[in-house]
Amino acid sequence: MSIFIDKSTRLVVQGITGREGFFHSAQMLEYGTNIVAGVTPGKGGEWVLEGKVPVFDTVKLAVETTGANCSVIFVPAKFAADAILEAADAEVPLIVCITEGIPVQRMMKVQHFVRQRDVTLIGPNCPGLLTPGISKVGIIPGTIAKSGNVGIVSRSGTLTYEVLYALKLKGKGVSTCVGIGGDPVNGTDFVDVLGMFEDDPQTEIVVLIGEIGGSDEERAAEFIGDHMTKPVVGFIAGITAPPGKRMGHAGAIVEGGTGLASDKITALRKAGVRVADWPGQIAELIASK
Amino acid sequence: MKLHEYQSKALFAEHGVPIPRGAVASSASEAIVVAQDLGIRVVVKAQVLVGGRGKAGGVRLADTPKEAGELAARILAMKIKNLPVRKVLVDEAVEPITEIYLGVTNDRSANRPVLIASAEGGVDIEDVAHTDPEKIVRISIHPLLGLQEFQARYLASAIELPRDYWRDFIRISRGLFEAYVDSDATLAEINPLVITKNDRLMALDGKVVLDDNALFLHPDLAEMRDIDEEVPAERDARKYGLSYVKLQGTIGCMVNGAGLAMASMDVIKLMGGEPANFLDIGGGASAEKVTAGLRIILTDPNVKVVLINVFGGITLADEVARGILPAIADEKPKVPLVVRLVGTNEEEGQRLLAKAKMITVSTLEEAAQLSVDLAKKGNVE
Repeated sequence: MSIFIDKSTRLVVQGITGREGFFHSAQMLEYGTNIVAGVTPGKGGEWVLEGKVPVFDTVKLAVETTGANCSVIFVPAKFAADAILEAADAEVPLIVCITEGIPVQRMMKVQHFVRQRDVTLIGPNCPGLLTPGISKVGIIPGTIAKSGNVGIVSRSGTLTYEVLYALKLKGKGVSTCVGIGGDPVNGTDFVDVLGMFEDDPQTEIVVLIGEIGGSDEERAAEFIGDHMTKPVVGFIAGITAPPGKRMGHAGAIVEGGTGLASDKITALRKAGVRVADWPGQIAELIASK
Repeated sequence: MKLHEYQSKALFAEHGVPIPRGAVASSASEAIVVAQDLGIRVVVKAQVLVGGRGKAGGVRLADTPKEAGELAARILAMKIKNLPVRKVLVDEAVEPITEIYLGVTNDRSANRPVLIASAEGGVDIEDVAHTDPEKIVRISIHPLLGLQEFQARYLASAIELPRDYWRDFIRISRGLFEAYVDSDATLAEINPLVITKNDRLMALDGKVVLDDNALFLHPDLAEMRDIDEEVPAERDARKYGLSYVKLQGTIGCMVNGAGLAMASMDVIKLMGGEPANFLDIGGGASAEKVTAGLRIILTDPNVKVVLINVFGGITLADEVARGILPAIADEKPKVPLVVRLVGTNEEEGQRLLAKAKMITVSTLEEAAQLSVDLAKKGNVE
């Protein structure tokens, strides 16, 4: 078992003819993901990726024609909010938005709309999903992870790769890796994913990778303390980050005395989470388990 | 991106919020002209993008235009928290009877805007939140409906504002909220909002922080950026789409991805070193971008060693190597470079770097430990 994606995932790629959308669609196909359609307004009727994937003008048409049940979004930030709304309106049950840089007030409106429907949004500004050996939706390099019993949920991209790679070197495999994204407003948070890992029979231990900004990690700690029976190992990036400075991600900023790494680490430890001092230590803590 | 007080108040005024009469001046003679035009007692206020200017002597009252000129000259010669003062705002002096706080910001945990008010205005609202949290009233705003009149009325009542001022307070709340929405701000605050001796509500000071990701929607606001207030290296970085924050340590860091960049800094600190900067080259960085990033680090005189940590995914390791080489060829660095380059196209990347003199390692921990050791050795010499 895995969470979010498996062999039944039928993927539509929004922005498939763009540079990044095209490159990563090829990578996902190679990994074994079942890409059934692409969407680029104005290019409907074309076929891409050696004629394997039909392109449609709208998500609605792509879903009606191909039965797509998951969408991944690579369109530029200016158009990405519209792309999420289009996928939600077409009732695609799982929407993964890779795009970085969507204005936050726009995203608050989009998130509200999405939450009112029976659809799940992951991201934006995230690396997507990987169920090793089965399917990947997004940009996580498939080669750095193997299948196993560790569930991963993270606000970061490359830091997650670092942890996946370290786990692989220790011979540890992953059930599903979920990147929830580095923006202040996102569709799915730690608590949503932790609950799914708790219920997933394949997952036996969970890794939570957080960073400065907001209070998502504190809420995760509360949830872990109250509801989780499976062990959780954590890491929080940004213990050295100065307040008031945005550290790359729009969401990674310490404001008004909240969002500090030290507070998050304390909250997680109080909930029984073993928090690593450096990313590589996560793999050591799991291997020693 | 932060707006100055004078820019913030102008934005609020466009949305019907009353502000004192006044104008910005960048010299003593300009300040005298403004004070003469106002014809009454004025306040001369330093325009810098940091807090604490009052304590530093950057806000002063002047009874005559001549005095306004003298004070402007003195304030324009000041540095506040290392930032030189380049402009002053000369406003009519207003005598407040009551000082209130009113602000709107993004509530991240609720994914909605929140309007905040307090009867304890004129002081740092974060201090009030700490010492007297019950004196701060918050109301959550629906992301699609926006601020409703009853919500502003609720705030007025909750901070025990006399009823005579409710109508003005509601109008100002709506104006402030509109300003926040129309500018895609992440924070818009009036502190203090005052009741004057003449029984008027007025915004004496204002602060706006804009969403950098939304600036493409607001070219007029983007033009207000005060590049004089940025660290030059941060300005250069922005030009190349790099995310750079200058810090005080000796180990320059160049990393792909914000989380990994922060984690690299943390590991340096854990090993006993201090990072000189945060630098995220982003995803799928071109060689040119890498070259620009490395140049910025190499021109920082504090840097004793450079740590490059790249985990290729969407970013290609060989492309990164192609960016590192010209920076080294041009800058001829005297400090050692420690490179950890793995992931997509790593063999080709390593092969390219083998020709240049640099230290390559395979893990982040090794890279950090070695950088810290080299930085310490550099200190001794």
